[in-house]
Amino acid sequence: MRALISFIVGLIFSVGLVFGGMTQVHVVRGFLDFFGQWNLALMGVMIGAIGVHSVLYFLIRKRKTPMLDTHFHVPTRKDVDPRLLAGAALFGLGWGWAGICPGPGIVAAASGQTPFLIFIAAMIAGMGLFKLIEKKLG
Amino acid sequence: MISIVGGAIIGIAVSLMLLFNGRVTGISGIVGGLLPAKSNDFNWRATFILGLLAGGFILQFVLPEAFEIKSSAQTIDYIIAGLLVGFGTLLGNGCTSGHGVCGISRFSTRSIMSTVTFISFGVLSVLLFKFIRGGL
Repeated sequence: MRALISFIVGLIFSVGLVFGGMTQVHVVRGFLDFFGQWNLALMGVMIGAIGVHSVLYFLIRKRKTPMLDTHFHVPTRKDVDPRLLAGAALFGLGWGWAGICPGPGIVAAASGQTPFLIFIAAMIAGMGLFKLIEKKLG
Repeated sequence: MISIVGGAIIGIAVSLMLLFNGRVTGISGIVGGLLPAKSNDFNWRATFILGLLAGGFILQFVLPEAFEIKSSAQTIDYIIAGLLVGFGTLLGNGCTSGHGVCGISRFSTRSIMSTVTFISFGVLSVLLFKFIRGGL
């Protein structure tokens, strides 16, 4: 049942990403192009998503448990450590370089276009590399 | 302002995930959790990704223009970008969805700091790309 919900969420999520313009690399990079022809579409996606979820999040968290699990798996850490910021910096560099982040990359890869497939393969390789050296980072 | 509608749909999707499965819909975390997957944790992650793929597959016929690639980036650029995104999101515990949408919605300091950082470096990256390649 949890797996079915996940599938449906994935489907709905992909519709939101596509409607929001996130699968179009020029729209994403247009948003990050502060010093060029700034494209505000991504701001709309953030406002829409946060606007809806910030309200529903607090309503849902009034429940003791989610409907299909014994507890909520929500991060509770509050410390801003160098690892968090270094990771975000590397991610941002990659995001701007191609105009693709993980969700839209996966959705767009379903179209079979080579650049997206290459991006996703490299992303998985990058994740694998991280897992290999993770223990050394402590 | 179709993008706000797209955003609201994303907001509904991540809320359903939280309500039913109690999970944060962070794409990088969901994918990263499959490498390697714990046996009791595999199914919901895999079906979520299948949902994204199924949606993308269908939508490319409904809205083909949403899948057009308008960019001067070369194969090497997609390789570099993918490596940075994969490594960076696991190092920093999240991406646009986990930090940018889910984390900011619950006013997490870590997520706000992460989002400010990755947008800033995204802006820097676009600037660098334009400088090196002479255009996007």
